Amino acid sequence: MKKIATYVILILAAFATLAPVVWTVFASLRPPTESLSTDGSVIPSSLDFTSYSAVFEKVDMWLLILNSVLVTALIAIGQMISAALGGYVFARFEFKGKNMIFALILATMMVPMQVTIVPVFMLIRGMNLADTLLALILPAIPTAFGTFLMRQYFLGLPKEIGEASEIDGASPWRTFSSIYAPLAMPGMAIVGILAFNFHWNEFFRPLILTISEHNFTLPLGLVSLQGNMGSGSVATVLAGVVISMIPAFLVFVFGQRTLREGLTAGSHR
Amino acid sequence: MSRKTLIWLFLAPTLIGLGLFTFLPIVASVLLAFFRWDIITPPEFVGFDNFAEVVTDPTIRVSFLNTIGFVVVAVTLQLAVALALAVLVNAKLPNLIKSFFRSVLFFPLILSAASVSIIMSYLFNENFGVVNQLLNLVGVGNVPWLTSTHGAMVVVVLVYVWQNFGFSFLLFLGGLASIPNEVYEAGQVDGASSWQQFWKITLPLVSPTTLVASVMAIISALQIFDQPYVLTRGGPGDSTRTAVMVIYESAFKQLEFGKASAIGIILTIVIMLVTAVQFRLSRRYVFYG
Repeated sequence: MKKIATYVILILAAFATLAPVVWTVFASLRPPTESLSTDGSVIPSSLDFTSYSAVFEKVDMWLLILNSVLVTALIAIGQMISAALGGYVFARFEFKGKNMIFALILATMMVPMQVTIVPVFMLIRGMNLADTLLALILPAIPTAFGTFLMRQYFLGLPKEIGEASEIDGASPWRTFSSIYAPLAMPGMAIVGILAFNFHWNEFFRPLILTISEHNFTLPLGLVSLQGNMGSGSVATVLAGVVISMIPAFLVFVFGQRTLREGLTAGSHR
Repeated sequence: MSRKTLIWLFLAPTLIGLGLFTFLPIVASVLLAFFRWDIITPPEFVGFDNFAEVVTDPTIRVSFLNTIGFVVVAVTLQLAVALALAVLVNAKLPNLIKSFFRSVLFFPLILSAASVSIIMSYLFNENFGVVNQLLNLVGVGNVPWLTSTHGAMVVVVLVYVWQNFGFSFLLFLGGLASIPNEVYEAGQVDGASSWQQFWKITLPLVSPTTLVASVMAIISALQIFDQPYVLTRGGPGDSTRTAVMVIYESAFKQLEFGKASAIGIILTIVIMLVTAVQFRLSRRYVFYG
């Protein structure tokens, strides 16, 4: 009895979680005339890809996809590198001011991005980067959380191998590049996947830092597409939404473990 | 390359980056909050006027009240749903089924809030939305979800919680996994019902996770923007306007950069206070076993 109740509740919760997404996929595959169908049918009578070609005609989907890929990939790579370098130093070296610098870096995590966005916007204008993809990429590369995560990761690696390599005469750079950096790849994957998950989906910064449509990323492009169209072309917008979900879905399928570890890593401080 | 060169070279990207794009903006924001500035004319010192407007300007005041109300309801709902589902998934289920539910329930977290809000704006549409169609089936007429003041806030809360409960759920799963089985076995020997076990064993022992989960949930809920922006643009009237939305509008619609900074600083202070208060409370309620 208790077991049945458990299953019933869990299945209902899973249904409530998946239903909106499944509805979206189905609605995007209906013939556009049926997208507002009120006959109550959920599964489309036949698969129709009209809305998918329509969304490519209505907006420059390829450009939106390219922009999103470029912005997300460059931020993820930049974060992985800068976090690995910084985290390594905090984990392996002693130097003057280390603890204070580390504390200051952690303190920046307390300040919400919305508070710094006005000066960041002005700074970007001053650097002549307003309304470019670099305006989205550059400010997102330094990562306090990523640096913290990589420090923890390097602290978990044995000190002895580094000491042994230095006794053998390896330079500090060589010790990092040929011993520790390869070992730290799983940690860097967490930083990269978190960066992907956040920046592929982000809306607030692109809304402020880009102006021209040719610099929009997918979420912003889709919201503006929705705003430009009447209620008549729901399926077209939903086709765009489905396309934008595909990469996130792939990461979910293949990188779920890494993603879960990363998301919950912040709570073990 | 010497040790010292390596240290500073390795730190350079993070230090220069955070200095330029976080520290400098924080300082600038604090200074800017005391000026009236529209970028075009020179800034004018106005003392605490920008801060005072948070109380005197009806739109800003309402937005802060909306944000507080939203946080209280959404976070409570998010934590309750997350804990309940985590307890159920953590029950003695076969591993495969356990990992299936774990995956499904955190799935919405990987979607963009903007996309989710687009989808939900169709589902909650008054005339052709699926939600109203379902309600019609049980005899309820069309509810003006997004076009009535109460309905719009309800939708914002539901959409936000739908997408974010998975995060707290993952945290709770981690916390529950660390409760040793023996405690429950002892409880069973003493004849405790599942209900009693939940209140007397699970809840106290999971309380460190509850603290972390609630701090993180409150901090992110205070910054809500994407959902109300896409769903309602803050309307109808000001009913779903939030603090961050007013920052955005003051700065980039009305070009009142000083006012936007002042609101941002107040929001930051609220976030820091919440964190501090919760950690104080935790000394009384959190049980570190």
